[in-house]
Amino acid sequence: MENQNLNLLDRALGLDGPSEPWPLSGRVVLIEDCVETSGSFVLHQLVKRSLSPTSSNVIIFVAFANPFSHYDRILRKLGCNLVTQRDNKRFIFFDMLMLRCPDVDEGKSSEGGLVLLYEKILKTICGLPGDKKDYVTIMIDDISLVEVAANGGSDYVLDFLHYCHALTSEFDCSLITLNHEDIYSSMERPTLILQMEYLADILIKAEPLSTGLATDVHGQLTVLNKGTSHRLGRSGNKIHNFHYKLYVVLWRKKLVISIDKGYSSEKRSFRRTYHVNGRLGFWNLNTLCVTHLLNG
Amino acid sequence: MRGSLFESPAWCRVQCQRHCSQTPHKKEVPCVFGRPPQLPITKIIRLSAALLACHRRRSTPTAALSLPPRKTKLCSVDAAMATTKPRLSSFSRNLSAVSSSQTPGVKCGPNGTMFVSSGIADLDRYFEILGGGFPLGSLVMVMEDAEAPHHMLLLRNFMSQGLVHGQPLLYASPSKDPRGFLGTLPSPASLKHDKSRDRESEQEKGLRIAWQYKKYMGENQPNFDSHRVTHHYSGADNKQDYCNEFDFRKPLERHYFTRQRVNCVGIQHSKNLAALQEHCASFLAQHQRNDGSSALAGRIAIQSLCAPQCEHSNMDWEMLSFIKSLKGMVRSSNAVVVITFPPSLLSLSSTKRWQHMADTLLSVAAIPDEDKELAKLLSGYQDMVGLLNVQKVARLNTQVPLILEATTFSIKLQKRRFLVLECLNQAPVDGSSGSSYGTSGVFLQLSLTQKCYIEQLRMVSKEMDR
Repeated sequence: MENQNLNLLDRALGLDGPSEPWPLSGRVVLIEDCVETSGSFVLHQLVKRSLSPTSSNVIIFVAFANPFSHYDRILRKLGCNLVTQRDNKRFIFFDMLMLRCPDVDEGKSSEGGLVLLYEKILKTICGLPGDKKDYVTIMIDDISLVEVAANGGSDYVLDFLHYCHALTSEFDCSLITLNHEDIYSSMERPTLILQMEYLADILIKAEPLSTGLATDVHGQLTVLNKGTSHRLGRSGNKIHNFHYKLYVVLWRKKLVISIDKGYSSEKRSFRRTYHVNGRLGFWNLNTLCVTHLLNG
Repeated sequence: MRGSLFESPAWCRVQCQRHCSQTPHKKEVPCVFGRPPQLPITKIIRLSAALLACHRRRSTPTAALSLPPRKTKLCSVDAAMATTKPRLSSFSRNLSAVSSSQTPGVKCGPNGTMFVSSGIADLDRYFEILGGGFPLGSLVMVMEDAEAPHHMLLLRNFMSQGLVHGQPLLYASPSKDPRGFLGTLPSPASLKHDKSRDRESEQEKGLRIAWQYKKYMGENQPNFDSHRVTHHYSGADNKQDYCNEFDFRKPLERHYFTRQRVNCVGIQHSKNLAALQEHCASFLAQHQRNDGSSALAGRIAIQSLCAPQCEHSNMDWEMLSFIKSLKGMVRSSNAVVVITFPPSLLSLSSTKRWQHMADTLLSVAAIPDEDKELAKLLSGYQDMVGLLNVQKVARLNTQVPLILEATTFSIKLQKRRFLVLECLNQAPVDGSSGSSYGTSGVFLQLSLTQKCYIEQLRMVSKEMDR
């Protein structure tokens, strides 16, 4: 049952192997998107994979963008009941929509809100039973809203992220964050996004197609997996690039992310493999352009 | 195969099937068959069943059978007609019609969201696949053009629609007398004009009616065109319509804006946005979403939030924080917030932050007068006042992005009274067949930023001249 729903994204992230040990533990994942294409579907897919019955993950979801009902509805369509998971203490939801760090004092108070948040997360992890402590995933929806909550104090946000990053080595938990890359592209010194990209072990970027809108492809996804231990013992960067389409499969009442075509290129060998979804047998013009670039 | 008179039902069926097999991917104009009076009823029923079976398999806009309404015994055929709604894809859900029960201005939509009309019939029509209007609990942002006040047209329609439906309104503006703006709100147009417009647009869509059934069509208004299905009820009065046509020449009657329903706030002189935030919080507290859906919807309209005459306009983070808290409050309430802002007054990264916070993002651009190149490219250039671009649509409770058929519209003021939006761009291409299901219009793909529209049009015109 699991194997049927695995797709190229899962393979790119290394989630196609056995669920324990959790392949993302101890790693930092950064999802970048822009106004035209939203990357939150990757977050939903990771929530679904983490909460699968074969794994014993616990998710701490810090939401700044949407309330619980939004995620609940989406994941219900994906086949995962968040209410039950929340009752089973596998999905812990922190609703931060109304968080606003008081700015009476310039110095301490903005930090105050985020420090409290970090302490809350730490307390939750420590409060977990022993066996579950090893498989914690911290998900933060929308770092740009954390910045707004901190009244623009991106230093405080960076400190917060560094502390959360320390948790990945201390408790072996994984950190998954979402940020909007186009906000920082016009800044002179986009410190926050650069530091986050540096920290991240896996970088997932969702972008619109360069040729414009298309009905059958919603956008393109680039997955950069840094420092993976290669089968041959060497570690190298693996880049995957896909076109993706999200649609609702009504007869199973599930939402399946169909990654139609993709190629994986290793920087050393320049070997191109094409994965074609057997159901769809057409070639999009965009893919042809991409392959042309590779050839040249 | 448009509206023709056929002699026998068997021949009709054969023609239809042959046509269907020849053009598998095109969306056809609905065909209407006239019924020759000498055919018996049973044959009509069999023919219609055959047509429906044929089209249902293909899930394309179906043919519809028109019959004179005098024969009231044809209840089975009416049932057959009722199922012939054009389907956009085989996965589309049957979007429910107007929730006629409790609240007149609120409609149920997919994913458990409720919708209110935007006040512009054309915009609701293009958003029909989303649910028809703005979802309750969402934040709509309109990016203004500093050169022209077209965003005011959108805002006026939005506010008038709410007042006509009796929905409470909170209006904030940087002008000295916000209450005075209410005097410029348009009033709903009379029904007589609606019907003639409807008929004209039906003719434009190519729904040609065979034989002499046009006179019967006008009386009954059968639901061939599903886009208009939820908007017009013949003989109903204005209050029942989900979306009204607004006449800018007629001001809204004063009895609509009683003190309780409309609250106007000026933001020019307040030091920061705390006062406005309190107003919004108290307004939204009255419209909290409970499990019962019978609460009245509310509307908040904030005009030119970062206008330079306001003292808070240079406090970027203050404004962002206000929008974030407003968004958080509105998600759990039955209200829609529309904020307009001029992006040219904000830094680029701030603009992007504002855009990310919006659930629905629209942008308005001005069209320069007397531009000969544009006049060549765009039909009806003289009537056009501006351009409207839909950059982002609200995706509450769902993660599936929706590629709309049309994202760029031209804003026209018909007879200087009625706001009309016309689709300008080519619909996105379908990869498998290579054809696009675009409606008529100029074949241009316009980019997202405001000023680029004009530039791209110029570039295209130069290419075409060459």
